[in-house]
Amino acid sequence: MNDPIIQMKNIQKHFGSVIALAGVSVDIRGGECHCLLGDNGAGKSTFIKTMSGVHKPTSGEIIFEGKPMNFTRPRDAIEAGIATVHQHLAMIPLMSVSRNFFMGNEPIKKFGPIRLFDHDHANEITMREMKKMGINLRGPDQAVGTLSGGERQTVAIARAVHFGAKVLILDEPTSALGVRQTSNVLATIDKVRKQGIAVVFITHNVRHAMAVGDRFTVLNRGQTHGTAMKGEITPEELQDLMAGGQELATLEGSLGGTV
Amino acid sequence: MSDVSSGDERIKEMSKVRKALMRPELGGIVGTVAVFVFFGLFAFDSGMFNAQGIMNWSVVSAQFMIIAVGACLLMISGEFDLSVGSMIGFAGMMIAIFGVTLGWPMWIAILVTFVICVAFGALNGYIVVKTGLPSFIVTLATLFILRGFTIFIPQTIERKTIIGGIREAAEGDWLAPLFGAKIGAPIFNWLGDMGIIATFERGNRMGEPVVDGIPMLMVWALGLVIFGHWLLTRTRFGNWIFASGGDADAARNSGVPVNAVKIQMFMFTAFCATVFAVCQVMEFGSAGADRGLLKEFEAIIAVVIGGALLTGGYGSVIGAALGALIFGVVQQGLFFAGVESSLFRVFLGVILLAAVILNTYIRRIITGER
Repeated sequence: MNDPIIQMKNIQKHFGSVIALAGVSVDIRGGECHCLLGDNGAGKSTFIKTMSGVHKPTSGEIIFEGKPMNFTRPRDAIEAGIATVHQHLAMIPLMSVSRNFFMGNEPIKKFGPIRLFDHDHANEITMREMKKMGINLRGPDQAVGTLSGGERQTVAIARAVHFGAKVLILDEPTSALGVRQTSNVLATIDKVRKQGIAVVFITHNVRHAMAVGDRFTVLNRGQTHGTAMKGEITPEELQDLMAGGQELATLEGSLGGTV
Repeated sequence: MSDVSSGDERIKEMSKVRKALMRPELGGIVGTVAVFVFFGLFAFDSGMFNAQGIMNWSVVSAQFMIIAVGACLLMISGEFDLSVGSMIGFAGMMIAIFGVTLGWPMWIAILVTFVICVAFGALNGYIVVKTGLPSFIVTLATLFILRGFTIFIPQTIERKTIIGGIREAAEGDWLAPLFGAKIGAPIFNWLGDMGIIATFERGNRMGEPVVDGIPMLMVWALGLVIFGHWLLTRTRFGNWIFASGGDADAARNSGVPVNAVKIQMFMFTAFCATVFAVCQVMEFGSAGADRGLLKEFEAIIAVVIGGALLTGGYGSVIGAALGALIFGVVQQGLFFAGVESSLFRVFLGVILLAAVILNTYIRRIITGER
């Protein structure tokens, strides 16, 4: 496999007396879907926020494309090519898909000193990118509010990719979706990965992770037990690692293996 | 996975007519047609539709338009300004104090007033974005503060609350005509000579047309509507206005300078209020401490009739302009139709309710809100 785009070395993050991350090391490579699994409170969010420049690690090193990186603002990470698609995403339902797609990055058409929003260009690109992702819009002026949750995730992903993301962090993109919408998002992840972009897929659903993941890292109580390749680990083992073993094994027995 | 190459079977085809109708301004368009049909039927012979009558309701509508444009853009960016009415009274009074009491050249008085009022707008915006308080409360405070100053300052200096002599003070000034003059006099004279519009039959203005020009107020109104519509729909800044009101956090995540956008919209609202005030004092020749009372609500009503969403992120300047037109036509039309003037409020309430219900219905279809 190719060199890692981003390496997180022994990251620690303390909030006052609380140790949220107690030395986590992960490396992310281009063209892979790296699943980050963990139960609620395992430190997943803190970890990706460190990666995307929201939090500064208390100790540890972030190496991005071979160079040590010190993100002080989320903006730095975005400019370097690390895009985060949040669970409650950065889409505005009242606005059209094309206006959303280019929000903050509007294409400009110049008339002398006057700078206009180039709607034709924006509409054309939006339609093209949406088609690539398998979403058929009625028109670029269709409001995002009329799209399903999965389609909105896909628009957000397509936007991040279009604006040059090298690392795409997806924060629980499937947690609020139905079966069909989930498979749409997973298909989108697959398309993005094939373009050589590194995808960091955060989830607590083992089945979703197994469906697209190339490598798996489990976080538990601020620590990681290393990274497993696809085929090296079974869903049951992942589940156990996430929950810390014992307790869930007992529970699972009484629930008949449905968790 | 689902590689849909042809159209999605669940997206209903929309007919061209339906698509053309599904726009934020529809409520305003329907309302405008409705009020013109109504007054065309009930007040056609009253003089409402001759040159003088048209000028009468056009001027009133233009006044509403000027403040509605500011209120509209501000509302779309997610905020309110309740201090518009007080700002109008305050700006007019400042011009009178500077230009008449202090005897400054009128153009300096006007420019300084603009600077002071826009600075107040910026202060409104700054307090709102820095404290995170609802703009409703912040500008309610400004409403009282500005109104208080508008009464206190002339009372302390001049011992009265109405200051006249502004027209005389503005005589020969280069900037004042931009707000107080009338344009197109030759055309109206010609129209009068041709008998297309009526002329005075007696008195010292005998032979002159009853309408002798288009007041600059109307030029400002049209100019601001065109500018506002262009800014909102055609520029990158317009996208930021929508985004700031639609979801401020999502907009910030995408790199939109939300706070700066909101502060600038407060400043623009203050600018519009000041334009209104300058036109008004130039027309009346005086400034009064009670000017502009309740104008903030009239502006907001016009904007809402025009299809804007009270909570921001959605709306249209053209819609707001139509809302202002409806407002002006109804207010003056009832007078022409000889209806008891207190019924104006009843009529207005009914129109407001009907327009908002229609607008909400349209908006749900367009945006998929549930």
